[in-house]
Amino acid sequence: MTITTWSRHLLIGLMLVAAILAPVGQGNYITYVLTSWLIFSIAAMGLNLTLGYAGQVSLAQASFMAIGAYSTALLTLAGWHWMLAMPVGLVLCFVVGLVLGYPALRVQGHFLAFVTLAFNTLVFLVLRNEDWLTGGNYGLMGMPRPDFGIFKTMRQVDFYYFTLVVTVAAALVMWAIVRSPWGRAFKALRENPIRAESLGVDTRRITLLAFAIGSAYGGLAGALVTSLVQFIEPGSFSLVHSLRILLMVVVGGAGFFFGPFVGAAVVILLPEVLRFTEGYYLIIYSALVIVMLAFVPNGLLGIGAVLRERFWPSRQRADMAQGAKLK
Amino acid sequence: MSQFLQVFLSGLATGSIYALVAIGFTLLWQAAQTVNFAQGEFVVVPAFFVLVGLHVLHLPLWAAVALALVLSLLVLGYLFKKLVVGPILPAGGISLIIATMALGILLKESIKEFYGAEAQPFPALVPQDPLNLFGAVVSMQDIMNLLISLGIVVLLTQFLNRTRTGRCMQATAQNPAVAEILGVDVKRMVLYAFLVNAALAALASFLITPVYLAKFSNGETLGVIAFIAAIVGGFNQIRGALAGGLLIGVLDNLTATYVTAEYRAALPLVLLIAIILLRPQGLLGTSEGRTV
Repeated sequence: MTITTWSRHLLIGLMLVAAILAPVGQGNYITYVLTSWLIFSIAAMGLNLTLGYAGQVSLAQASFMAIGAYSTALLTLAGWHWMLAMPVGLVLCFVVGLVLGYPALRVQGHFLAFVTLAFNTLVFLVLRNEDWLTGGNYGLMGMPRPDFGIFKTMRQVDFYYFTLVVTVAAALVMWAIVRSPWGRAFKALRENPIRAESLGVDTRRITLLAFAIGSAYGGLAGALVTSLVQFIEPGSFSLVHSLRILLMVVVGGAGFFFGPFVGAAVVILLPEVLRFTEGYYLIIYSALVIVMLAFVPNGLLGIGAVLRERFWPSRQRADMAQGAKLK
Repeated sequence: MSQFLQVFLSGLATGSIYALVAIGFTLLWQAAQTVNFAQGEFVVVPAFFVLVGLHVLHLPLWAAVALALVLSLLVLGYLFKKLVVGPILPAGGISLIIATMALGILLKESIKEFYGAEAQPFPALVPQDPLNLFGAVVSMQDIMNLLISLGIVVLLTQFLNRTRTGRCMQATAQNPAVAEILGVDVKRMVLYAFLVNAALAALASFLITPVYLAKFSNGETLGVIAFIAAIVGGFNQIRGALAGGLLIGVLDNLTATYVTAEYRAALPLVLLIAIILLRPQGLLGTSEGRTV
């Protein structure tokens, strides 16, 4: 193993230790915030696959959280165990994500953003209007948390550790996906769809898969939200939340594996830090986002690359640089 | 029948205002490949400029409106171009989409914090008397809104087609490189597009705010409807955006009255998805051969 992989492993190990120690001695509220950081990291991880790796814009991640959350809530309220209800939500999201991927075969960029935006609003309207199933505006409440006999998750800190285990598992699966031939195909699709196709990548299937897998991650996050808050209503899954998840991916750094964790930390934890500014929080925050996009368009994890390029500019053969621009 | 006429006309009136916003939207897209997700907020801000002029500076109405128009041109046109679009456009479309979303939040929250969260009454600029037309009661306001917006659209089309500057703007939109070679000041033309967009948003704001009251969150629905109108009509055509705006306004009113009020908001969205999938260039648009 080289030194860089060693230092990377060390860093990941240190982060895990930090994540395990984080809630120690903290109150319920801080633990709750940390748990929602993990949950949104999962949702952002899914969107990072769709947007960061495969290059397909989606403004519908909150609606997949909604599908995961409501299906898990309805099943757990009907007496199912969370571990059985969650996969149902995942499969549902996977299938719906596959269907939502179809427009992406025809349209790209901002058109795709609008289709997914419309989808998110439609899901919101259905949740609000179909009272018989979703409880309408009042939502659903009283969902039980997962219970594993000796390990009950009713205490906030126990649920945090449960979420941490799920997050680490989800991250490992994502790591495997990104490193698999699929992962390479996703990147190829983002960089140059036509070249990818000519090299034998089935771009149709890969586009649909990028949506479906990303959506399933949204569903997993939704299933966890159900248990964390134990109360869900349509307002928690509106367009604003899709935008927040998109913001997490972009702020952290789209296409970086740890981008979603950094982005979710910034989006979830910054309100706590900026609390002293009271109502001005969102104003300061959105101004910061614009400034960041102007100076480091690749997100916070892209700062290193920007600095390196400034002080040690990489030399590239001119013909290679030109070749990279060919479409 | 009289009810239908009433619903139809008021839909047409709102639709014509949507069309103004949608046209600004398509202009920005053509001139600078900018999809402005803050367009809805752009329609809210000028109304609050007027309110500031009236209640803080104690200006008469006409002066407040003129001041609001100038401020809109400055802030929503010039500064938007210089501070947001200029630096971020090179980073790519997605970055710019997110930046304009952030700008939308910035504008909305600023109004809420610095002016107020409650809906504010807004003085009507046109008479509001009800009018009896073939048995239908139509408000004068609706008719005037319709006429004024259509007049603005006609003026704008004349400007773009008949004047030298307008034609230079079109040339820039079609092919910036060739336009530059032919001696068009491309940067200036792009800036003009931003100014026209700001002016259209401000005019739409003055017309629609008396109907809906001035509220910081009005922009959310307005923005989405303007996008939908622009896409449904055809993203690269002024008459497309006009048709799209009118269509959405009328359909929205008809659904709410005759079909379902609960799913009222869903109709434009379904229309949007159908159009994008079946005819991505829009009803009146022409295909651009871009990766749409």
